[in-house]
Amino acid sequence: MIDTLQLRFSGSRRLTQRAHAGVVASGNCEILIEPADASAAQVTVRTSVRGYETIWRAVLSRVFERHPIVATVEINDFGATPAVVALRLEQAIEEAT
Amino acid sequence: VNWHTRRERKRARLERASAYVRDRCFDGSDAIAVLEAVIAPGDRVALEGNNQKQADFLSRTFARVNPKRVHDVHLLVSVLSRPEHIDLFERGIASRVDFSYSGPQSLRLAQQVAGGAVRIGAIHTYLELFSRYFVDLTPDVALVAADEADADGNLYTGANTEETPTIVEAAAFRDGIVIAQVNRIVERVRRVDIPGDWVDLIVVADRPYEIEPLFTRDPQSIDDVQVLMAMMVVRGIYERHGVQTLNHGIGFDTAAIELILPTYGESLGLRGKICTHWTLNPHPTLIPAIESGWITSVHSFGGELGMERYVAARPDVFFTGADGSLRSNRAYCQAAGMYATDLFIGSTLQIDRDGNSSTATLGRIAGFGGAPNLGSDPRGRRHATPSWLEMHAGGSGAGRGRKLVVQLVQTFRESGVPTFVERLDAVELGRSAGLPIAPVMIYGDDVTHVVTEEGIAYLYRAQNIDERRSALAAIAGVTPIGMAADRERTQALRTAGVVAFPEDLGIRRSDASRALLAARSMRELVEWSGGLYDPPARFRSW
Repeated sequence: MIDTLQLRFSGSRRLTQRAHAGVVASGNCEILIEPADASAAQVTVRTSVRGYETIWRAVLSRVFERHPIVATVEINDFGATPAVVALRLEQAIEEAT
Repeated sequence: VNWHTRRERKRARLERASAYVRDRCFDGSDAIAVLEAVIAPGDRVALEGNNQKQADFLSRTFARVNPKRVHDVHLLVSVLSRPEHIDLFERGIASRVDFSYSGPQSLRLAQQVAGGAVRIGAIHTYLELFSRYFVDLTPDVALVAADEADADGNLYTGANTEETPTIVEAAAFRDGIVIAQVNRIVERVRRVDIPGDWVDLIVVADRPYEIEPLFTRDPQSIDDVQVLMAMMVVRGIYERHGVQTLNHGIGFDTAAIELILPTYGESLGLRGKICTHWTLNPHPTLIPAIESGWITSVHSFGGELGMERYVAARPDVFFTGADGSLRSNRAYCQAAGMYATDLFIGSTLQIDRDGNSSTATLGRIAGFGGAPNLGSDPRGRRHATPSWLEMHAGGSGAGRGRKLVVQLVQTFRESGVPTFVERLDAVELGRSAGLPIAPVMIYGDDVTHVVTEEGIAYLYRAQNIDERRSALAAIAGVTPIGMAADRERTQALRTAGVVAFPEDLGIRRSDASRALLAARSMRELVEWSGGLYDPPARFRSW
């Protein structure tokens, strides 16, 4: 069963290009970022690990607080730890900036 | 008064075995009979078995003696790691045990304790158990392992000397009986690790003693998060405090540090300034740093399978004998790690809000080996170094320093299992197993730094217990303990230098990448070694 979460984090910084980070592998995650015309980062999380919406929201809000970007973000999770998710997201934002 | 009872007893026992013995040697097929002749009910028997070398021929034989003849033995063993160690309790041969660690057998041990088959004296550190061999736990019989024996009974233990000299010394000099299993008999050993007149009986084992490549970590499995944490350690701890003498625990987190010294460390100009003198097993992941000229010396607890030729080719760095091979010694290296190194760093499974840490898991009785010694502040230390003095909390004027004890963890072990917990599993385990103290690996008041992917808590700088808890919470991420962190408090702690995030250390998270590892695979480690490192088959993919 795949859980899909839709989360929104307000931001203002625009991105210059698309970016991709991470890999499709157990304990890891894959992140796609696309520049968008909006006032927030609109995030879709697809995860096989259910019941951790609070943790996802907390992990992502910490990263988007440091990087208040405007973008469409897709995260395909394969049981990554919060540490891995946060670092992959940082890497993707860096690449897209 | 007869002052020679132990000596006479020893002579009588050896006499009982004499029918099987010629020139100290007996045949493997008589091994059960020999053990039944020399081991008496209620004896203290020290069995050489640690997390690396195992006297496994002797332990397999011991587990097959007749429990009607040999029973109620008090077993002394560093690591309960082989199935027959537990069989000794199950068969009624041994009924008491004092040990240090029981990783692979921790579940069965807990069951035997619960069933009443065995009583645990205490779960020690290595050094503590060895020490008791010279006080109140002197062995009546010692069962040890060596590579070679010669006609004079001299033993050669090669790279894996480990704890053989300690056990043999305790037994031999108080009229205990020393029995050695050897891989082969030679005319003359190439180096005398144990003098022949300390050894009573020798048997050639059916196969070479078991040895585990416990300290080998494949760089392939190190991820970017571990590189990020390694960068923080190098910048925020090693560089900041100028740490030159140290010990690394076992694991991928510390392997990552070893592998970024020649890359990230070099870019910071730190070669020769940090990480020069080590107490460490010959970690394959240290090869790139050694080859890059970072390392002055390494003293080892034990050997590491596959590292023999490499070590022999680097005698300026490693402690080696005239024969060329490594001389390891667990007791000396533990003492050196306690008293002569400024820093210990290792991983753990759980940390509570006071910084107490433990790898104990419910339902298992495991212990910690050397970590509690290495991860503690030795209060008898009296030599000063800059990094030791820097831990001084101020005040008294007497100027006492402190060891740097660093715990390195990700905030979550798996996606849903937090490392930071309200209460360690060790507390409940201690209660359910009837232990007098909870099996805490490293006490919070000994921990000076905790490092997570979120940052570093410089606990030694905390003014009080409240500040200490806030500093830990600040780097505990989105665990329940981390979520309770107060934002303004965290900011104040960063300003005061009690907490540092990567950006405070000049580290960009997105720079953390496996590309910084000097070797990214076992094959690259072999290349760094110039073909001298010979990884065990299970680590070869080519």
